[in-house]
Amino acid sequence: MAFLEISHLQKQFDNHQAVKDFSISAEQGEFITFLGPSGCGKTTILRMLAGFETPTQGRIVFDGKDVTQLRTNQRNVGMVFQSYALFPNMTVAENIGFGLKVAKVPQAQMDARVKEMLAMIKLDTLAQRYPWQMSGGQQQRVALARAIANKPKVLLLDEPLSALDAKIRVSLRQDIRALQRELNITTVFVTHDQEEALSISDRIVVLNEGSVEQIGTPSEIYNFPRTRFVASFVGTLNQLQATVVDAQAGTVRVGDQLLTSSNPMTGLEAGHNCVLAIRPEALRIEPAQPGQNAFTVVVEDVNFLGAVVRIRTRLGTEVLDMDVFNDPNQALPERGSSVVLGLAFEHLLILR
Amino acid sequence: MSTNTPKTSRLGAWIAMTVGASYFLIPLLATFEFSLRMRRGEYSFDAYRVVFADPQFQQTFGYSMGMALVTIVFGILLSVPTAYWVHLKMPRMRPVVEFITLLPLVIPAIVIVYGYLRMYNSSSVIPLTGSDRATDFLLMCSYVTLSLPYMYRSVDTGLRTIDVRTLTEAAEVLGAGRATILFKVIFPNIASAILSGAFLTFAVVIGEFTMASLLDRPAFGPYLQLIGANRAYEPSALAVIAFLITWTAMGLIQVFGRQAKRQPANT
Repeated sequence: MAFLEISHLQKQFDNHQAVKDFSISAEQGEFITFLGPSGCGKTTILRMLAGFETPTQGRIVFDGKDVTQLRTNQRNVGMVFQSYALFPNMTVAENIGFGLKVAKVPQAQMDARVKEMLAMIKLDTLAQRYPWQMSGGQQQRVALARAIANKPKVLLLDEPLSALDAKIRVSLRQDIRALQRELNITTVFVTHDQEEALSISDRIVVLNEGSVEQIGTPSEIYNFPRTRFVASFVGTLNQLQATVVDAQAGTVRVGDQLLTSSNPMTGLEAGHNCVLAIRPEALRIEPAQPGQNAFTVVVEDVNFLGAVVRIRTRLGTEVLDMDVFNDPNQALPERGSSVVLGLAFEHLLILR
Repeated sequence: MSTNTPKTSRLGAWIAMTVGASYFLIPLLATFEFSLRMRRGEYSFDAYRVVFADPQFQQTFGYSMGMALVTIVFGILLSVPTAYWVHLKMPRMRPVVEFITLLPLVIPAIVIVYGYLRMYNSSSVIPLTGSDRATDFLLMCSYVTLSLPYMYRSVDTGLRTIDVRTLTEAAEVLGAGRATILFKVIFPNIASAILSGAFLTFAVVIGEFTMASLLDRPAFGPYLQLIGANRAYEPSALAVIAFLITWTAMGLIQVFGRQAKRQPANT
C-alpha cells in the first residue's frame, strides 16, 4: 500500500467544481509537485490534505490511516505557507518549538530538537531574532524548520518560494529538496513555476481547471507531453498546423514539406488536421541524417539571450523557434538565409 | 523636487490651531489657576491636599479603578474571541456586528440603566439590584456595554493588521486547538490594540456618572458631581486630576501604538 493515497477527491464550492475526481498515490519519501496555472485546483487539493477544506467526495489516507474526516490538528502534517506565517510575537527558536510545546514535549528534548533544526537550516546564530528582523529567505527556512520539527508524516508546501526573489528561490528550492531527501518525508509541493517543478520533483501532476492533465516524471512531462495544455504550459513549444498523410507511417505535411513522427497518431487518419509540437532545443542546423527529419526553413531573426541563442525561422506560413547553446566560435546563420534543420522522429510530438 | 507650501496657507493652519487650542486650553488653565487659590493671598496646592486626604475620594477612586479593571478584563474576554471568530469564520457578519457594537453610542446611558432597573430589580426573575455585589456586577456589565464601541473597534483594527486566517491555519497544522491559538498567537499579536481599547475603557469608566449614580454605587463620577455641588476650589482640583488621568491614558495609547508600528505584525 502506498504511503499517501488520494482517491477520487472532489471539491465543489457553490456552483463551481474546483477539483474533479483527483486520484494519486505516493510512496514514502517521494516528492510530488502539483503544477498548474492559478485556479487549477492545486491549492484546494493541498488544503484538503491539510484538513482546511473538507472534500465533497473522496478519501485521503496517510500511512494506512484514513484522515479524510480528521481535524487539521489531528493529522500530523507539516505545512509551509507562501506568506511564511511565522508568529510575529515569537522568536525563531519559539516558532520552531511551537509544535513541540503544543505536543507537551519535555523542555530538554524540545531544546535539543530546536537546536538540531536550526543547525539543519544553518541559522544557529539567529535563534533569538524575531521574524520581522530577518529576510524573506531566512523566514521561509524558519517556516520549513517549524514544519518538520514535529516529524510530520507528510510535508505540504503551498508555493513557498513565490514571495522570494529569483536567486533566493533557486538556492532555497535546492535546500528544500536536500532536506526532504535527508529526512525522507513524503512531500507535496504546489507551484505554478514549471522550472521549480521540473528541477526538484520525483513526479509532477499537471492540473488544469480542476482536472489532471498528466502525471509523470519531469522528463516525461517535458519531453512527452500528452496534451496540448501540458505541452504549452511546460517549457517553450513550437506548435504547427499540419495535415496527416499516412497515420500508420506517421507522415504529416506542413506547407510543402513532409515530416515523420514516431509518436502514435491515435484517432487520426489521412487528411485529418492535427497540431504538431516541437521543442526549440530539439532542432539542429545540420544536413539530413538517417532516422531524422530534414526540412528547409528561412531564418527570420537571431536573438542572443546569453547562454542560449534563439533563432526564429519560417517553414511555409509557420514560425519555428530553435534554441542553440551560445558558442562564440560557431557562426550563426544570417537573416534571410535558408538553412536545413534536423529533427529526430521521436521529437516531433502529436498533440491531442 | 521640493514642495513649497505657500506661507499664507501655513499661517492659516497655525492660526486655526492656535484658536482651537486656546478654546480648549484657556478654560483648563483658568480652572487650574482657580484650583490654586484656596489659600487667600497666595497660590498653593491646598485644594489638592484636601481632595487627596478626603476618605470619600480614596474610596470612590479606588472603587472606580477596581471597576475599570474588571470591566477591561470582561471587555477583552468578550470582544477578542468575538472579533476573532467574525474575522475567521463570518467576515460577512462584520458590518452587522460593528453596528451592534456601536449601539451604546446611540442609546443614552439613562435609557440603558432604566432598562436595567426594570429587568433586574429586586422583584424580577434575576434580582441583580437585590445586593451590593450583584449591583456591582450589573454596573460592570453596563460599563462593558458603554465601552464596547471603543474596545471592539480597537480589537477589530488590531486584527486587521495581522493575517488571522493564515496564522490560525499555521498554528492548527502544528497541533494547536482554538484556545491555544487565541491565547498564544492572537492575543499577543494584538496586544497594543487591546491596550488601546483598555485605556479608552479606563477613561470611560473613571468619568462615568449616570449609571453609577442611578445604581447608587460609590463611584468616582457621582463623587465628582457631589463635590462640584458643595465646594468651591476642590471641584476645580478634581477636574484637573480627572483631565490628567485621561491624558495619561491617551498618552499610553500613543506609546503602545508607536511600539506596534515599529514591530510590523504582518511577516
